[in-house]
Amino acid sequence: MGQQRITRAECAHVAALARLELTDEELERFTGQLDELLDHVAEVEALDVGGLAPTMHALPIANVLRPDVVGEVLDRDEVLAGAPLAEDGQFRVPPVLGEAP
Amino acid sequence: MTAVEIAAAVRSGQRLARSVVDEHLGAIEAGEADVHAFNLVIADQARTRADEIDGAVAAGKDPGPLAGVPVALKDNMCTRGLATTCSSRILEGWEPPYDATVVKQLHNAGAILVGKTNMDEFAMGSSTENSAFGPTRNPCDLSRVPGGSSGGSAAAVAAGFAPVALGSDTGGSIRQPAALCGVVGVKPTYGLVSRYGLVAFASSLDQIGPFTTTVADSAAVLDVISGPDGRDSTSIGEPQPPVSDTLGDGVDGLRIGVLAELSGDGIAPDVAARLQAAVGALTSAGARVAEASAPAAVYGLSAYYLIAPAEASSNLARYDGVRYGLRVDASSTPDMNTATRSAGFGDEVKRRIMIGTYALSAGYYDAYYGKAQKVRTLIINDFASVWEQFDLLVSPTSPTTAFSLGERTADPMAMYMSDVCTVPVNLTGQAAMSVPYGVGDDGLPVGVQILAPALGEPIMFRAAAVLEASL
Amino acid sequence: MNANTLDVPGLGAPADTEWETVVGLEVHAELATETKLFSASPNQFGGEPNTHIDPVSLGLPGSLPVLNQKAVELAIRVGLALNCRIQPSVFARKNYFYPDMPKDFQISQYDEPINVEGWLELPSGKRIGVERAHLEEDTGKTVHIGGGGRIHEAGYSLVDYNRAGVPLIEIVGRPELRSAEEARQYVAELRAILVAVGASDGKMEEGSLRVDCNVSVRPAGSDQLGTRCEIKNVNSLRSMGRAIEYEANRQIDLLTSGQPVEQQTRHWNEDDGRTHALRSKEEDYDYRYFPEPDLLPLDPSTKWVEEIRQGLPPLPRDRRLRLAEAAPSVDVDHIGLAVERSMDELAMVAIGGGGSPERVMTHIVHNLADGFGELAAEALADLVQMEEAGELTATQAKKVLGALVDGGGSPREAAQALGFEAMNTGELEALVDKLIADHPEEWTRFCEGDAKLTGFFVGQVMKATQGRADGKAVTQLLNARRG
Repeated sequence: MGQQRITRAECAHVAALARLELTDEELERFTGQLDELLDHVAEVEALDVGGLAPTMHALPIANVLRPDVVGEVLDRDEVLAGAPLAEDGQFRVPPVLGEAP
Repeated sequence: MTAVEIAAAVRSGQRLARSVVDEHLGAIEAGEADVHAFNLVIADQARTRADEIDGAVAAGKDPGPLAGVPVALKDNMCTRGLATTCSSRILEGWEPPYDATVVKQLHNAGAILVGKTNMDEFAMGSSTENSAFGPTRNPCDLSRVPGGSSGGSAAAVAAGFAPVALGSDTGGSIRQPAALCGVVGVKPTYGLVSRYGLVAFASSLDQIGPFTTTVADSAAVLDVISGPDGRDSTSIGEPQPPVSDTLGDGVDGLRIGVLAELSGDGIAPDVAARLQAAVGALTSAGARVAEASAPAAVYGLSAYYLIAPAEASSNLARYDGVRYGLRVDASSTPDMNTATRSAGFGDEVKRRIMIGTYALSAGYYDAYYGKAQKVRTLIINDFASVWEQFDLLVSPTSPTTAFSLGERTADPMAMYMSDVCTVPVNLTGQAAMSVPYGVGDDGLPVGVQILAPALGEPIMFRAAAVLEASL
Repeated sequence: MNANTLDVPGLGAPADTEWETVVGLEVHAELATETKLFSASPNQFGGEPNTHIDPVSLGLPGSLPVLNQKAVELAIRVGLALNCRIQPSVFARKNYFYPDMPKDFQISQYDEPINVEGWLELPSGKRIGVERAHLEEDTGKTVHIGGGGRIHEAGYSLVDYNRAGVPLIEIVGRPELRSAEEARQYVAELRAILVAVGASDGKMEEGSLRVDCNVSVRPAGSDQLGTRCEIKNVNSLRSMGRAIEYEANRQIDLLTSGQPVEQQTRHWNEDDGRTHALRSKEEDYDYRYFPEPDLLPLDPSTKWVEEIRQGLPPLPRDRRLRLAEAAPSVDVDHIGLAVERSMDELAMVAIGGGGSPERVMTHIVHNLADGFGELAAEALADLVQMEEAGELTATQAKKVLGALVDGGGSPREAAQALGFEAMNTGELEALVDKLIADHPEEWTRFCEGDAKLTGFFVGQVMKATQGRADGKAVTQLLNARRG
């Protein structure tokens, strides 16, 4: 058994970054499960892949472009149909508290 | 009747699409309470559509190659005006304002949508137990899981609710449930089928494919849903030859490898025995079968469980309570986001979002995500060497037959191990399919996986047809 | 005081230290495409909220981005105009939660941008390095309701996604600007380039050009950079200049009083003329960048890049050189101004049509600040020639020019319509002779060589003619009478 790979505090930090709120029980459980998974995937650490380029796409395609031609737009009713809360043709949200990071 | 038979009968006027649909709706009514394959059944719309098809045939028009064929759709493909839930509470009440490309293609081919099938939430799981709407059961044995994540689609076809279902396969989510339910399931080459309108799990791995009872039906469906799509940048730009045309060409002279890394350790003896039987059948049909090795394939699972969650953590950020789906109110937008996501996502989705967020976060990217993408290159390179010596590969699809409900839910690692045979192909983008090949000691179906190089679907289907015929 | 703050240049500096301002600018420009960067909904300013939307720009589940070819072409044009190297590039996802971002990630270019290592030349000839110019998508717009519309006091907010997905090019300049004025020149020049190559309309007031300023100060002569602050929300060239000056002074005040500058993002408030801290460096967000799996790499062929290069119009720098050559005696600032106002072509044609470069440029710099309306270059050339022939005074010429700007036409007709008939020589001679007779004392002093009296007589003529006379002609006549 190796050392712990992820701590409870790190797990809580990751949850906050992902905008998830965990109960103490969930945090405890997830920390253990994430640790177990990280322990398993650690097998790749030993692999010598230094000279290899990372694969982002399995197929070697590049330069997929579309012409700059206006297509169909959605009716505003359709746009707002799924909105939990709408006002004046816009999506209404609680106070945002600050600028984007 | 198979899909190919139904389409032939409907197109020639020998059978009404309406009677086909009524028959399948009857089967759903009789069996759905036990199996729970569907999140939504659209009986009235299916009947209306069947009448349209029959009207077209009566007017001398050809409704298309899948005329009158009932189709069930995994509930992660967008259907205009029809709830699309991904079996998640977070998409509660959402009706997409657009159709996925595959939905349009099926419609244009004359197929009839009968419902949306249950799945593991956002396609994350291997048993269809991670659904906000309760698990699907395996029609072969209701105490067992159907596999996952496309368990509802596999079960719908196995139970006779529809001759055709579509699923999505990110790490085995079509092939594994196909094997566990005893039906044919295909993961096409990445880029062969448009992903436009498929709710993303892991964008670089996801691919849509069919479930059917026969190899020929899968070929017919694949021929309809494959092809270039300007709405999906990762769609392969050139049309491919129809696989149906060469289905009967056999395997005489083909070099087929038994992939050692996916066929040895951890494979149940009864499953291994069925693979041996399949090898025998291929050999008898003239294939030259030998052992093959892609050593890095054993690292597939590790690479997969870093890459897929990383992409998912980003793909699932948009479920924030602002534009659609669930909102749990709070006094600020950040708190509302958090409350919504915490209430709307199930455990497995949260777990994967956290793994992925961690793997991408500052200080860990190189060690986890970056490394996994290099391992992916290693696996691709190993397979490239294998394809110099072999035309096709075979392995078991799943290490075991269907397991019991609840058996692995408490142990995520044990559940993840269900995907060990299927994930390498998603990492490489290659084609693979599962063909039912008899039963194990428990009398439950066993699937054999056939792997082909990218765009190797035509020969892959030839081998599948040989296996099917040898039973 | 900890060891860290000792490194801050200027701490404990003598009171008479001279400070140098260091500015690096990040400019976002909306590209002038018909459609959005990754989907076919219209790229159009204004409009009813949420009407320029398709599944992709709303980030709906299942939607996928497909790159706009025109946006790539415009980005390459900008890259070439900024002397950048055009290289293979990759799109990445920048992950953060904010309601104006439909997917809660922004598709941008991160470690492999399309344009790198360029430069921009200011009208003074100084070159400012351009680190990169990359493509990314814009966000939607959030309006804050209640609390006077202020973000921190609002009761709730409304989001409009019309702007979401509009293509942007972000041009990251090196910190090589040394004053608010240089920063102003840089943005003006950059805007002129963007407009010239057709990449953007460059309108700061509509938000299609947005500038973030990185400002730091250091003792003059130092080769180290001070701690910088990023200033957001400057909405015009004027407010940018004010913001940079305010911020530099704020930092100098801190340093001279022995306090460190904290690395911060600050918000410019136009009303109180100050910058305010938004967040500090410690709160730096973990964006978890990774390559966008739904998009493929971009690797423009040499052939395509060359085609784009061949199609580039003359750039402001070339146009300045050309105009300076045609008007060699004119001040470089005026040459720059003419190009900045896109009046260099007007000037070139007017000069080519026979107008004196000095007079043409005088009109352009001083009398046409609000644009040239209906004025044709040929008309400007004719007007200048009429001035030179003494048919119009400077004052009259300015009025005629105004009429031409408003309604076009020829200067001769406009002058007639305004009643500016040139005085005939006989009339002027009679008037001058009368004035000499009426003012014998002044005339004697003029004849004795008192140059001041020239102005007196010209002034009397102008008064009598209500400005219709040509001052030059009067002077010539006076000199002739003196003998």
